[in-house]
Amino acid sequence: MWMDFGFEFVNFYLVPGLVLGCIYALGAVGITLTFGILRFANFAHGELMMTGTYLAWTFGAVVLATTGVVLHPLITAIPAMAGAVVLALLIDRYFYKPFRDAPTIMVVIASFGMMLIVRSAVQVIWGPNQIAFVRGIDKPNAAVREFTQSIDMMLLIPNKHFWIIGGTIVIVLLLHYLLEHTRIGKAMRAVSDSPDLARVTGINVEVVVRATWIVGGMSAVMAGVFLAMDTQTLETTMGFRMLLPMFAAAILGGIGRPFGAVFGGLVIGLAEELVAYPWIGTEPLISPGYKTGVAFAIMVVMLIVRPSGIFKGRTF
Amino acid sequence: MESLLGYMLYVMSLLTAGGIYALLALGLNAQWGFAGLFNVGIAGFVAIGAYTYALLTTAVSPLHLGGFELPLIAGMIAAMITSGLVAAIIGVICIRLRSDYLAIATIGIAEIIKLVLKNETEITNGPRGINKIPRVWEHFSEERFYSSWPLSWISDVPGWEAFFAALPRWWWQPFFALTILLCVYVVYLLLERARKSPWGRMMTAIRENEHAARAAGKDVTGRRIEAFILGAVIMGFAGALLSMHLRLIDPTNTFDPAKMTFLVWVMLIVGGSGNNKGAILGGFLIWTLWSASELLINGTINLITTYIETADVGILRTRAGFLRMLLIGLVLQVILQRNPQGILPESRPAATGNTSHKAGVKGD
Amino acid sequence: MSGPILEIDGIHAGYGETEILHDINIHVDPNEIVAVIGPNGAGKSTAIKSVLGLLNIRSGAIRLNGEEITNTPPDQVVTRGISYVPQTQNVFVNLSVQENLEMGAWTRPDGMAERLEEMYALFPDLRAKSRQAAGSLSGGQRQMVAMAKALMVDAKVLLLDEPTAGLSPKYRGEIFQTIRNIKNSGVPILIVEQNAKQALGTADRGYVLVDGANRHTGTGEELLADRDIARMFLGGRE
Repeated sequence: MWMDFGFEFVNFYLVPGLVLGCIYALGAVGITLTFGILRFANFAHGELMMTGTYLAWTFGAVVLATTGVVLHPLITAIPAMAGAVVLALLIDRYFYKPFRDAPTIMVVIASFGMMLIVRSAVQVIWGPNQIAFVRGIDKPNAAVREFTQSIDMMLLIPNKHFWIIGGTIVIVLLLHYLLEHTRIGKAMRAVSDSPDLARVTGINVEVVVRATWIVGGMSAVMAGVFLAMDTQTLETTMGFRMLLPMFAAAILGGIGRPFGAVFGGLVIGLAEELVAYPWIGTEPLISPGYKTGVAFAIMVVMLIVRPSGIFKGRTF
Repeated sequence: MESLLGYMLYVMSLLTAGGIYALLALGLNAQWGFAGLFNVGIAGFVAIGAYTYALLTTAVSPLHLGGFELPLIAGMIAAMITSGLVAAIIGVICIRLRSDYLAIATIGIAEIIKLVLKNETEITNGPRGINKIPRVWEHFSEERFYSSWPLSWISDVPGWEAFFAALPRWWWQPFFALTILLCVYVVYLLLERARKSPWGRMMTAIRENEHAARAAGKDVTGRRIEAFILGAVIMGFAGALLSMHLRLIDPTNTFDPAKMTFLVWVMLIVGGSGNNKGAILGGFLIWTLWSASELLINGTINLITTYIETADVGILRTRAGFLRMLLIGLVLQVILQRNPQGILPESRPAATGNTSHKAGVKGD
Repeated sequence: MSGPILEIDGIHAGYGETEILHDINIHVDPNEIVAVIGPNGAGKSTAIKSVLGLLNIRSGAIRLNGEEITNTPPDQVVTRGISYVPQTQNVFVNLSVQENLEMGAWTRPDGMAERLEEMYALFPDLRAKSRQAAGSLSGGQRQMVAMAKALMVDAKVLLLDEPTAGLSPKYRGEIFQTIRNIKNSGVPILIVEQNAKQALGTADRGYVLVDGANRHTGTGEELLADRDIARMFLGGRE
């Protein structure tokens, strides 16, 4: 039974789907927070994530070259997060803030422009070609394999996937603590709820906006580093390719609902992998070439059926 | 003499490509300038038009579906129809939602179109694309056109062969450029007429005060969908012309969503959104800057490599291309912040844009 | 302590190009409830919003305890001690009642526990609902949350924009009782009301605005007794 059905399904579809879902989830958190609090769809979010991942790689490469020490990607992610947060705050200050009182669409255009500017800048600095993020093959974790084999449910899960799934759980728990139990987190929810009321309540909205970029930027970098750990490569188009699934996840979960976005990310990631499973007959249900179309299809269905998302976020 | 001809041909190609981009900017103006609809999937609509035209008009090929060898004009009309149809579907779904959602949906549809073009190899020849797309005027010198009606009435095959052999290789270029300019002019006239019609005035009223228009019983969503389709039809048409201009189209390089869509946006905003003349001006101006900057960059790279012999020309060239993109992005940001009306502002009394949704926090 | 707590002194103000308020004068003295009434579109709510810095004041001045605060941004106005309860959307619906109150104290985060305790004493109904989402409460309870939230800072003056709009008579009475309680606790109140009779009955003084300008001024009883006003607002209502 397991070898006929479960082995292939779990190892080659379900686990990769979960991993992809975690990555989308962390990316979508930033999208949904900025959409909810600053009230616009930030098209540059994917590029922020991509830039952060390049920074992480660069930090690792510099340390390797100067000291010969190979750092784990999660360690290189720490300075990268700092860099990405600074970048996000600078972009906000010089390109988004001038439009705070203007019609929303102006800042959407500005973010669309930032998408191109940031990507071009990365391409100028690092070049357009793929870079190997982590070298070598990450073999399935031996202990897990032996144990699951002994109970006839062999799982082939490489360590990187444990890092990604475990890391995502930790980040989501931290996020939960931030939003539910800290002053600034509650204020973020309040501004997302009603910016007008937040302002006349005396909440300093600019401080909340800054906190939003910090949280969004950090989670974006983690998503990017996880993605690069998974694919083991870096590409300047990775941010743009992530953009649509991240928007889809944010809309699915309801705009302004960070945990909705996490849920949405998991659903989209799983859906993208599971549609390639041969549910009927022996051929993939949907050709893997169309995998990225799944996110779009889910998003369009959501926009038709329930634009406020599953967890009843905002619609504009 | 040779160099003068070279310059002339360069100007011709500038006018051709600039004209196609001017059409795209006009199409975007119908959507954004008239109706405040934020389309960032321009490349998708262009690709639909280009592929429709290419499949319908190319000679029979084992590489892709067809070609159907239809008359060129039929291909162009079909290009407009397919693009308009796709726009209608998206419009019906997304236009009732706020502009951000339309933006996400259009960027998504552009990606999906790219996926289909890449994956449906049987129909589109996949990533290798479609070749030998017939170009207006130049197509007369292809055998399948001069050997058939109506050219076959005038002369026989050897006669035409001799005639075209006697012409210079570039004979069609001025005609093609003029045809494109004529298309720009005709589309401009039609859009101006639409703008001044009761339909256009209603669009203005909707943008000025959506609530009032709704309260007055206007079908705001319906009008917006119409504007969206109108713009997409123009983009599909421009796509057909673009595929003629290039003669070889493929899903990834030709219709790079970011680059093409972004350039058209820069054109419209620099030229002046809401103003058809501004859209045309922006199209030609930005396209000229864009291609002139390429010459400038090549010149600079040659200069660098003569002094620094170790410099890698290939790397310099690709990086410079990205630098160009970066700079044009900054141009957009500066225009957006300093002079959002563009060079030729819209000529109507009220402020620009959709004022019903504010990003900031103001009392109601 | 002499002189008014809050003084709106001859302001002209509006949104963008249009001027809505023409030479408005309102002041609130210590320990009083001041009601602003007037027909729809008279600029009552706009007058309150001008204090908050939500619209552009072209001339005239707004002073708090004699200090000019004209065109100060809203968060700083609140920091200086002016609390405001908007007419609609005056609670964070996705936050719990307690979180709403905590947000109210954003500008003064110290001593949170005692303040919460004070508010639950003033609004006993809210204690049992402190963990519930504010969006799940009834209209009257939301109004209580909104007022409690506004009182979480040491307000020098409380501005209420139509606190009883859309509420049932039972809740209206309760709200006006609460307003008197708040006054007795030492916070003066400026209240804008459609419900002129009850508002003037509760208020120490009142202003009647028509077309963005002052029309009548007097004590609550004087205005209630005025025939003009009775014809304008009181006859048709209730």
